[in-house]
Parts: sequence; structure tokens; C-alpha cells
Amino acid sequence: MTAPVVEGLAIEKTLGEGAGRVAALRGVSLTLTGGALTLLMGPSGSGKTTLLSILGGMLTPTRGTVRLRGETTTGAGPEALAALRRRHVGFVFQSYHLFPTLTALENVQLVLDVRGERTPEARERAAAALATVGLTHKLASFPRELSGGEQQRVAIARAVVGRPAVILADEPTASLDGDNGQAIMTVLAEIARDPERAVLVVTHDPRTLPFADRVVRIEDGRIVAEEPGPRRAASGPPTAPIDSEVRPHAS
Amino acid sequence: MHQHRLGTDQRSDGRHGDDRTRRLVASVRRAVAATAAATGRAWDAFAPVASAAARTGWHGARSAGEAIAAASRAAAERLSSARKAGPPLVLVLASRNLFHDRVRLVTTVIGIVFSVILVTVQIGLFLGFERMVTTMVDHAEADLWIVPRGTRNFEDPSLLDERQRFRALSVGGVAAVAPLVLGFAEWRRPDGGSTPVFVVGSDPRGGGLAPWNVVAGRADDLAAPFAVAVDRSYADRLGVRGVGDAGEIRDQKARIVAVTAGIRSFTTTPYVFAGFDRARAYLGTPTDRATYFLVRLAPGADIDRVRAQIAENLADAEVLTGAAFRERSRSFWLFGTGAGAALFGGALLGIVVGTVIVAQTLYSSTKDHIAEFATLRAIGSSTRYIVEVILWQALLSALVGFALATAAGLAVVAATTDSALPVVMTPTLVLGLLVLTIAMCAVSAVAAIREVVRIDPATVLAR
Ligand SMILES: Nc1ncnc2c1ncn2[C@@H]1O[C@H](COP(=O)(O)OP(=O)(O)O)[C@@H](O)[C@H]1O
Ligand SMILES: [Mg+2]
Repeated sequence: MTAPVVEGLAIEKTLGEGAGRVAALRGVSLTLTGGALTLLMGPSGSGKTTLLSILGGMLTPTRGTVRLRGETTTGAGPEALAALRRRHVGFVFQSYHLFPTLTALENVQLVLDVRGERTPEARERAAAALATVGLTHKLASFPRELSGGEQQRVAIARAVVGRPAVILADEPTASLDGDNGQAIMTVLAEIARDPERAVLVVTHDPRTLPFADRVVRIEDGRIVAEEPGPRRAASGPPTAPIDSEVRPHAS
Repeated sequence: MHQHRLGTDQRSDGRHGDDRTRRLVASVRRAVAATAAATGRAWDAFAPVASAAARTGWHGARSAGEAIAAASRAAAERLSSARKAGPPLVLVLASRNLFHDRVRLVTTVIGIVFSVILVTVQIGLFLGFERMVTTMVDHAEADLWIVPRGTRNFEDPSLLDERQRFRALSVGGVAAVAPLVLGFAEWRRPDGGSTPVFVVGSDPRGGGLAPWNVVAGRADDLAAPFAVAVDRSYADRLGVRGVGDAGEIRDQKARIVAVTAGIRSFTTTPYVFAGFDRARAYLGTPTDRATYFLVRLAPGADIDRVRAQIAENLADAEVLTGAAFRERSRSFWLFGTGAGAALFGGALLGIVVGTVIVAQTLYSSTKDHIAEFATLRAIGSSTRYIVEVILWQALLSALVGFALATAAGLAVVAATTDSALPVVMTPTLVLGLLVLTIAMCAVSAVAAIREVVRIDPATVLAR
């Protein structure tokens, strides 16, 4: 078993104020280890996004602790949290959130630029990350010239290029059709083969189930079930790579 | 392979607007992007040299020299690697944000141009005015001026006694003392009409105040009977066409023997140059009187000592150096009359209006791109990085606005050269305006920066 990459311990989170106060998380403990893709499933409003934000250092818990590669987020200010995210976390969002004025390559390169990596090698690494998601021929394309599936693949390349400890994806397939959703999950599952990297995918799309090493179910701010996923059982990718250009993420 | 696309993104809303505008915007954008990229690279390359120089500042010349040489090599390497890495992304992001919304870009640039032109014109007028009010003093051949006590400016004529001239001449170290007479008079045009003029009388060969910039005729001919010199820009006012034409002052003939270019008075009253005695006759000044005496020193004379000795010998008169007289005229017109305050007030207004416009457009641009800034924050960017993007946006706007405003400013300068109040632009003024424009845009960025530092990255997940 590999070392824990992200540890969430007894996390509680209260959101909103006054009459709108909601106990979004009511004591959640979740540990993510390298080399595994975890699915977080649950009904709308159950606290999935809140948990993902807290594990990724976007929010701090009201109670409980989060450790990213051993570093705690407790007491960290906004700048320190940003630094933690920069070093350890890659995010993938439902609505992609690419920069519309930057090309695919620049979008990916931006993550490295933000980390102060401005060498020709950084550019090559960004191009390599796009190659792993099968977009070598789209380096110079702007987001508006790409399909939804392609945009999400750029977003995944952006999430992995900095080699973070954990990739957190919030409903990455929700805006995509079946085929594109499958392609995205295939790429994420490939990334999760790296024993150094953990992948957490928030979803309520049952078609993502075959890709899971582990499935965690959350309801009303509490984890209600946890079971091994089909992939762990089958110990292999459920489908062939989406196209010939998809290769395992270079390590 | 892939080429960086900075400045070549011409797709967005390219259908709207006519072709020429689009091409213009595109080429401006390319120029800005190229400048920005070059600036970024140059800074990347220069930074290690600067920091090495700073580090080794006190460690002896030799090690400093070595360190700088090493840093220069490193800089050269960084420069070439930076070229391969493409332009800094902060800059790419800033310039794309800037050019993404053309309406806003145009508003920003108009704001800056308007403001910079207003400031240029106001300060340019100030400089022109300043130059004009001292032009006579500047062109006189005098080391010292003997002026009636209490004289506030050059055009403030009261009279000195001729005997004071001889007292000054008796002081050791004085080589010559030339009289000058000034005053308002009425010029009668050949066609019968009349106009006020300001007569300046001195002997052209006596080392006084001869007309300069002569473009027709000869200044020396002022020694001839009833001879005067006028500026060509006043020809219409005086009803003359050039050398040989004549008007009348005090029923005495005034024949034009020389024409000058650019000797203009900010009071708009034309200057008429004449010989000393001729001018006295035109002005009706008693024969033993003059307005000023212009003192020239013998070679090697000590100006302070001579000045003190003349002053000791004279009652009811002051002895001023050229610089002191110039300063007295200058401060009278600029500050005594409120003209300077009005010009500075106008300049200040320009700065305020420009800052407000740029702040407004930068702020709304930032608001538009807030989701992107939140994403930047989500992927772990520091506040500093985000602030850099906004400051680059401000700087790029400043450079575009400044370039256009300077071009417009030069046009104003050209258009006003021969006017009553020419706008003057000096290299110092241009440099100062550049600094001012950049400062203005940086200040304008404050509101936008306050907005982005408050961003909650978690909003990215809510969308
Ligand atoms: N900023 C907020 N202010 C108040 N309540 C919030 C806020 N964000 C989320 N909530 C509430 O917290 C609960 C959990 O939300 P969320 O984590 O987004 O659920 P999920 O992602 O599972 O749909 C919901 O009841 C939601 O309405
Ligand atoms: Mg959600």
C-alpha cells in the first residue's frame, strides 16, 4: 500500500450565515492514496463539492484537519493555501474554466508559469502533457475552437502538468456526451496508475463506475458507504485508450 | 512546430467593424505585444545582472567585475532560453485581456490620450509662456541690467536717468553700458487704421538688444533714418508686406528694413524694433532718459563685485544679473498673474480625469475577467502574480496611450509654433509625461487590484 497523499480527518464544515446556515459536512474522514481513482458519489447538495474544496485547500474546514502530503491546511492563510494548491493539487472543473484568450498550450503552461517555471523545458512539458491527452495537433488552438471533450482534456493536461500529488475533479463528465465522458474517465484512470498520484472524481454519473478503484458514497454531509470499485476488482483498464495518441502520463 | 500566437488572434468578433479598423487594431496589437515581449525578456535578462551588481557592490571591484561578467553570461543564456520559452505568460495574458474587448481598449486609450494631451498642452503652454516672457532678456547682450527700482518684469517700463549710465561706466571692470528704451505706442497702418505696438529701442551696434532671427533685410540697417524691424507674423496687423513698406508712429515715418521670424509677444502686442534715438522719438521719451542700461563686463571682471559697486553708486535703481531679471519676469507673469496656476490647474484636471477613466475601464475589465482570476487563484497563483497581470495591463495601456498622445502632442506643437502662445515640448517634458502616464495607470489599477485580491477561489467550483 502506498503512503496517504491526502488525509481528511473528522471534517466539519458550516456554510452560509444566519437563516441560510447549512452544515454541509458533518464529520467526514477520507484518505486518498497514490495509484488509485476514487469516485465520490452522492445526491445533489450532499456536500461533494464542499469536501473536494476542503481536501484541495480551497476552503478550510470549520473543524477537523486536512493534510496534503503531510502538510496541514489548519491555520494557513490565503497565500499559504494558494502555495499548497500550487504544489500539491490539480483541479478539473465541470465547466472546464480554461482561459479563453490563451491557446491550449498556454493554458497548460500557465500552471508552470504560476510556479515560476519559465524555461523552454516548461513549454515542452506542457506540450507533453497535452500529448498524453491526445491533443498534440491542437496546441495552438483557442478554447472556442475546441469541442467540450477537447476542452476538458486540456483542463486535465493543465491539472497534471505540475505533477501534483492529487487530482481533484468535480463532475468532469457532466457537461459531456457519453463518448467524451468515457474518454475523460479513461485519461483520469491512466493518471491514477501512477503510484505517486491520487485521483478523486466527484460524480453522479453511473457510467463512470467502471473506472473506479474505490467508490465512496456521501449523503447529507456524511460518508454512508465505501466499497472497492470494479477496476480494482478487474485490475486493468475497462476499455481501450480513446485513440492512439493517448499514452500513460510520463513519469 | 508551434509558434507563439501573441498578437495574431484575429478571430474574435472580427466580423464586426470595417476592415481598416481591424487591421489597425491588429497592427497596434502586434506592436504592443512585441514591445511587451521584448521588455519582459530584456528584464528577465537584466535582472540577474542588476542583482549581482547589487550583491557585490561592496566586495571590491575585481570580484564585482567577475560577478557581473558571470551574470552577463547567465543573462545572455537566459535571454536565448527566454526566446525559446516564448514571451512571459503574465504578459500574454495581460495583452490578450487588453485586446479582448476592443471597445474597452479604445475607451482606455482615448482616456489616456485625452489626459496626456491635456497635460501636454497645459505644461507645453506653460513652457511656451515661460520662454516667451523671458525671450527679450534672453536675447539681450548684457551681463548686468540696471533697472528702475521696483521693476517687476521686462515690459514694466519706467525711466532711468542718463547720468546713472555714466556712473556705471566709471566702475572698474565695466566695458560698456548700452541704453535701452521701451514703451507702448500707436502704429498707423499705410491703409489708415491703427494698432498698439511695443517699441524696443537700442543701438544695433552698441551691444544692446538687436532683433534676432532676421529673415529679410538687415538688423544693421536700423541705424538708417526712420528704420524699424518687425516680425513677419504681425505683418497683417501692421498692414505691411515686408521690407520697404512703411507705417507711422507718432506722426513719424516707420520704414521696415528688417523682418524677423518668431519674435512674438504673449501680450499679442507686436514688437517694433528701432534704433535707440529713433525709439525715444517714437515714444516721446525725454533725451536724458532710458528704460534700462545693459552692462557688459571687461574680460576677467568679477561680476558680483562689479554688481555691488554699481549698486552702491546708484540711487533709485537696481542692478540685476540676466538670470535674476529673467526670474523676476518669469515669476511675475507665471505666479503674480495666476497664469501659471491656471495652467497647472488644467494639467492637474487632465491627470485626474485620465486616472478616473483608466481606473474605470481597468476595473470593469477585471470584473469581466474575474472568473479567470478566480481560476488563476484556484490553480495556486499568488496574489502577486495576479497583480502583475493587472499591472501589465495598465502598463501596456499606458504605452499605447502615451505613444498616440505624444504623436498628437507633436502635431499641436507644430500647429501652434507661429501662434500667440506656442505649445513647447522638451525632451524632459516627454520623459516626464511617460513617467506620469505610467504612474497614472498604476494608480488606476488600484481599484482593480483591490477587487482581485478579495477573490475566493472556491467560486470556481460553484460555477
Ligand atoms: N456558499 C454557500 N453558502 C451556503 N450554503 C452553501 C454554500 N455552498 C454550498 N452550500 C450548501 O451546502 C450543501 C452542500 O453543497 P455542495 O457541497 O455544493 O453539494 P454537492 O456538490 O454535493 O451538490 C448544500 O446544501 C448547499 O446548498
Ligand atoms: Mg457539486
